[in-house]
Amino acid sequence: MSGHPTYQPQSPFMKWMERRLPIGSLVYSSFVAYPTPRNLNYWWTFGGILSFMLLVQIVTGVVLAMHYTPNVNLAFNSVEGIMRDVNYGWLLRYIHATGASFFFAAVYIHIARGMYYGSYKEPREVLWILGVILFLLMVVTGFMGYVLPWGQMSYWAATVITNLFSALPVVGHGIVTWLWGGYAVGNPTLNRFYSLHYLLPFIIAGVVVLHVWALHMVGQNNPTGVEPKTEKDTVAFTPYATVKDAFFVGVFCIVFAYFIFYIPNYLMHSDNYIPANPSQTPTHIVPEWYYLPFYAILRAIPNKLLGVCALGTSIIILAFMPWLDTSPVRSANYRPLFRQFLLILFAVVIGLGYLGSQEPVGGYVIAARLLTAYYFAFFFIILPLLGLLEKPKPLPNSISESVLGKGASAGASGLPPSGGKK
Amino acid sequence: MRRNLSIMTAFLLGAALSGTATLTACAQEEPPNPPMQTWSFAGPFGLYDPQQLQRGFKIYREVCSNCHSLNLLSFRNLADPGGPEFTQAQAAAIAATFQVTDGPNDQGQMFKRPGKISDNFPPPFANEQAARAALGGGLPPDMSDLAKARSYDEGFPWFIIDAFTMYDAQGPDYIHAIINGYVTAPAGFSQPPGTYYNEYFPGHAIKMPPPLHAGQVQYTDGTPETLDQYGRDVAAFLMWASEPKLDERKRLGFQVMIFLIVFTGLLYFTKKKIWHDVERHPELNQPHAS
Repeated sequence: MSGHPTYQPQSPFMKWMERRLPIGSLVYSSFVAYPTPRNLNYWWTFGGILSFMLLVQIVTGVVLAMHYTPNVNLAFNSVEGIMRDVNYGWLLRYIHATGASFFFAAVYIHIARGMYYGSYKEPREVLWILGVILFLLMVVTGFMGYVLPWGQMSYWAATVITNLFSALPVVGHGIVTWLWGGYAVGNPTLNRFYSLHYLLPFIIAGVVVLHVWALHMVGQNNPTGVEPKTEKDTVAFTPYATVKDAFFVGVFCIVFAYFIFYIPNYLMHSDNYIPANPSQTPTHIVPEWYYLPFYAILRAIPNKLLGVCALGTSIIILAFMPWLDTSPVRSANYRPLFRQFLLILFAVVIGLGYLGSQEPVGGYVIAARLLTAYYFAFFFIILPLLGLLEKPKPLPNSISESVLGKGASAGASGLPPSGGKK
Repeated sequence: MRRNLSIMTAFLLGAALSGTATLTACAQEEPPNPPMQTWSFAGPFGLYDPQQLQRGFKIYREVCSNCHSLNLLSFRNLADPGGPEFTQAQAAAIAATFQVTDGPNDQGQMFKRPGKISDNFPPPFANEQAARAALGGGLPPDMSDLAKARSYDEGFPWFIIDAFTMYDAQGPDYIHAIINGYVTAPAGFSQPPGTYYNEYFPGHAIKMPPPLHAGQVQYTDGTPETLDQYGRDVAAFLMWASEPKLDERKRLGFQVMIFLIVFTGLLYFTKKKIWHDVERHPELNQPHAS
């Protein structure tokens, strides 16, 4: 990117530092002078919100780890001890547990934004794939964290999910025994889940660095999907993006605090306040809400192995979006058909989430199969075909032209302004 | 084209939803939802009523504690702020009425002694097997987390509305309903031996005999001694037992909300000021370095 003003260290210490470790100029070029498109909307603030949530989860998690005991006989009571006897322990745990939900809510919005505005397309493929890896790491970390309180749902979720690997031919049962560290979910399982739950967030933080690095290499996408061409198209990261992100982190925190302080158990399952009991299966085993769409896909397929494959594919497929989408136009605002099909996909995922929370009987199974079929059809059929069939709306020549209004757009492209509403 | 697609969306979701609708009818017969009670701790400013918790504790002590443990609570909790708020002396006196096992002593023997304020509530049975043997095979659940460990499915759209009304009393409502739910079984219901018909218990066959009847526990503050009132008082006590920091949470929550709303408001006006020129004069180059 052109137009980076160089960093001029002011203090003697920073001048001294600059010749040895140029951390000042790195921070300056990445988070101050870095040009961001001027037309970014609030959907773009969720990247910053996600960084904030990662920090919140690590800080609360490290303190919780000081009071938690990873042993099948002590884990449940140690969590209750945090809730009852540790100073502000109830607050730490409710922030951490609700925080997991809000982390996932933010990542789903972030992914949906990337899909809507075509942020996965050339040259942002690596940035996008790193994002899919981050999502996978979050899924694994969140699952292991849910097991730690060792309530009924913790235990049975661990049993059901690890058992999925038993569907693999030949090696399946060996893998499950290896994962458990025994012949059933037990103390070795809890110990390793705890160890990994502590490790993975730092791996996530490392991949976030790569994700941000890739982002700063290619620059941010924007609602028009047209790359910035001149300085008119961009504003400096600080103060423009910083203050906008900070404001929306504040809005996000208000909703987050509402859940923490007023309905902290709303997103939790009541069965998880019953200590784990291997000899009593709960009536309905359901995962946390943020896994429900994938759980619905898993159960929609009558064959266990194929169900597990569908579950894996439903996430991995995202990494292939840059090549499945054949259209050169990024933003859904200029792709009327893609926009419709994508909004249907979002509704389908929410529908799958609801179905995942219900018992898999009768009409629910048929509904889940219909929606699962649409989910995969979107990626394997609709996405490749649309690029060939769809006639996109005329794109603005530049970001500033789209900001300045349609009159300029019509004059420049020689086409009448499109009447499409946004 | 757009209209066609909208119709298609409607069709797809409609098909999915009608599938779910036919289903609800054929699912196994669920007990009715517990009637919602009025709770002092409901809503953003709702706190526990210490008088009610003391009455609920009296019921626990005289009735429930014969079978149900309260393992996670100590006698000192009875004097905690935001709880039944007994005085330290009262809590110590209550503790002394319980016999707790201590030891081993100098002779290597376990022994019984009166409870101290730092002790946890002693369980009524030595272990699970002892409880089952004494109670005809049933195991009374520990009551420490009972009010948060019981719930019922309200279904769509109520679970969404709950988030806005801050309804989080499924557990206490359920406990109140169970206590008041012992009615005559409908004709044709085959009652498994050793169970009692309860309207609100899943499957209707509960092993707990009707635990309370009107007038059983004496109130000294003039509160009516009805089953309905007993159910509400003991459910409120159990809610406190499972969520003892609720008062502290709501008080801190109000301060945090005020702070966040003011702070976010200030950030909004800061953002507006900084972006003013960009939005008012989009044709100008913006300064790229501060």
